[in-house]
Amino acid sequence: MEIAFTAEEQAFQDDVRRFLARELPADIRDKVYNARHLDRDEYVRWQKILHAKGWGAPAWPVEFGGPGWSAIQQHIFDEEMALAGAPRTVPFGPKMVAPVIMKFGSPEQQKRFLPRIIAMDDWWCQGYSEAGSGSDLASLKTRAVRDGDHYIVSGQKTWTTLAQYANWIFCLVRTRPDGKAQAGISFLLIDMKTPGVSVHPIITLDGAHEVNETWFDDVRVPVSNLVGEENKGWTYAKFLLGHERTNIAGIGASKRELQRLKKIASTETRNGKPLLDDPHFASRVAQVEIDLMALEVTNLRVLSAERSRRDPGAVSSILKIKGSEIQQTISELAMLAAGPYALADVRQARDAGGAQGLLGPAHATPLAATYFNLRKTTIYGGSNEIQRNIIAHMILGL
Amino acid sequence: MDFEFTEDQNLLAETVQKFMAARYGSESRRAAHKTPGTWSRDVWRTLAEMGIVGLLVPAEQGGIDGGPVETMLVMNAFGAGMLLEPYWSSAVFATALLRRLGGPAAAKLLASLAVGEHLAAVAHAEPGARYDDRVQTLARKAAGGWTLSGAKSVVIGGGAADTLLVTARVQGGDGVSVFAIPRTAEGVRLREYPTIDWRGAADVTLEDVRVKSEALLGGEGAAQKPLDDAQDVALAALCADAVGSMKAALEATGKYLQTREQFGQPIGKFQALQHRMADMLIHFEQAKSMAYLAAMQCEAPDAGERRKAMSAAKVVIGQSGRYIAQQAVQLHGGMGMADELDVSHYFRRLTAHELTLGDTDHHLEKFAAATR
Repeated sequence: MEIAFTAEEQAFQDDVRRFLARELPADIRDKVYNARHLDRDEYVRWQKILHAKGWGAPAWPVEFGGPGWSAIQQHIFDEEMALAGAPRTVPFGPKMVAPVIMKFGSPEQQKRFLPRIIAMDDWWCQGYSEAGSGSDLASLKTRAVRDGDHYIVSGQKTWTTLAQYANWIFCLVRTRPDGKAQAGISFLLIDMKTPGVSVHPIITLDGAHEVNETWFDDVRVPVSNLVGEENKGWTYAKFLLGHERTNIAGIGASKRELQRLKKIASTETRNGKPLLDDPHFASRVAQVEIDLMALEVTNLRVLSAERSRRDPGAVSSILKIKGSEIQQTISELAMLAAGPYALADVRQARDAGGAQGLLGPAHATPLAATYFNLRKTTIYGGSNEIQRNIIAHMILGL
Repeated sequence: MDFEFTEDQNLLAETVQKFMAARYGSESRRAAHKTPGTWSRDVWRTLAEMGIVGLLVPAEQGGIDGGPVETMLVMNAFGAGMLLEPYWSSAVFATALLRRLGGPAAAKLLASLAVGEHLAAVAHAEPGARYDDRVQTLARKAAGGWTLSGAKSVVIGGGAADTLLVTARVQGGDGVSVFAIPRTAEGVRLREYPTIDWRGAADVTLEDVRVKSEALLGGEGAAQKPLDDAQDVALAALCADAVGSMKAALEATGKYLQTREQFGQPIGKFQALQHRMADMLIHFEQAKSMAYLAAMQCEAPDAGERRKAMSAAKVVIGQSGRYIAQQAVQLHGGMGMADELDVSHYFRRLTAHELTLGDTDHHLEKFAAATR
């Protein structure tokens, strides 16, 4: 047992740090550090820099253009990216649809889509959830009816993250209406520019436009856009869910946000002393830092088990639950640290042209919005209650 | 970065697990509890023959020269089987302290500990000091040796110890010193009692106890660092014992949920209970991670990093242990309250561990100070 990275792992870490110090654009980094929204071009610009370096898709096999990194290297890369203030990877292309295309797609699909994913020439979004199908995903109703060389798709997807930026969507659609719900689902790739596709914004708790409804009104999709076999989509969807284990806990980003929280709490004062010296507040910060430390070790244990080809099992559910709870707690404490200044809805004030002359510290401005936004983390990707069901069934055998 | 055990380490873990399964059922624990001193010489001798008692003793003194990872694996098994014998206090804490104090007298003691003939205990905490290093026991120079006076409270394994490793201040000097004092020395009074988890402890008073000059182990006033180092080794071992108990409590509860039926089905089918168990498992995995971290960092040369890791570990272990123990009793329903079931004993042991070497609040504060 050894907690320290090996010399090679450290050298790799140094490489990544040097690259980030040199290549990460300051304007993008500042936006990430201050929890401001990035626009489409900023995500694409950064992805193209990574791709030029050969680091566009850390988890991909070499044959598809990945760097061939070990799980530990990927972990180091993810963490350094987050700490440096690099944008999060938009997961839908490289982390979600790409592994499915690699595993189940045709050679033509691989050739057509994968190079454009790694270069971010295409922006993908995910068409899974529907208004009536959240945690019970297999009950989805969007239909695809075969018509010659096409499927005709009709229905509505919801919570499509950043669909307003996307030109492709991967969808679970129902191709067989009768029989077992899971056995009638297919995995379809749809060009968002096809007539009949429309995107409708959903404004969330934090006032932001991050998610959408995506409607399909008799959309004609070539049969060549079917991944794998018809009615086998549920298998591919499950593969996708189980595929992305690394970074599910968001540890790097939480470490960065914890640093920010401590910086804020050492600037703000209570009873004339830095808030971070207030025993009550200090113990709340210490508690979340300790929980994060424990989660980091748990995550490293999973990586170590994967390297030794032992199945870490449903432990990714544990990482998801704790990781999301910690993200939420840090954002909550950061907002509380700013105190009354966190009340100001500066984005609205700015949009109305009146943000100048506010007395609050600059760090206070996005804190409440971030806290609001991160309530999603315990809901998405299989709610934490669903994760507890998975733990109970898969690990505990209940 | 590597979390795998070596073949030897796996073998050691298996050996101790097998011993506990074969020799240390709940019946023999209960029998041992009825005998004075609450522990069995027989078990101790066997553990010594297996080399387990001398695990942390250097090879020159007849030990195995093991480290914190080996200790963790052994303590996991002892926690799961709830060993009552004073292993942690003598073979871990006192042994680690003797090693770090060094010198011929400590070496001689280590050799006699390794063969299982002799036991020792660290007598450090004092009445009113809670978990702080506040030593008021006084050592005065006397002709050919020292005279000690003072009081030590809740010395775990004190009753079983042949030698007490007493921390004291030398009159007129700075720093803390450690003296090896035979329990039979004149002026030593032990008030023995069982702890809440059936192990043994003692309050010790020293009234003008005269010892020879070689009773001073290590340098005069130079024991703070050896003591801190040994406490961290002991803390890591305590975490591992707690993780062993947590795992056993978790398994017992899982089994109970699968077999106990109410409303015509196993109660494990109820989602409220499933989610509680899932939360217990999350606590367990986090605690296990921190026991690993504690084992890997308890001898780290960087004092700041070590303090951070050790206090963080004790916080997580304390909180997870409490959650798992409380919920294990809760999910067992009325049976969880019964002395007859092991689960109530895990509750006792995990509670005891939270109160040893600094509780959760104590270490939360230390962690906050170390990361400020």
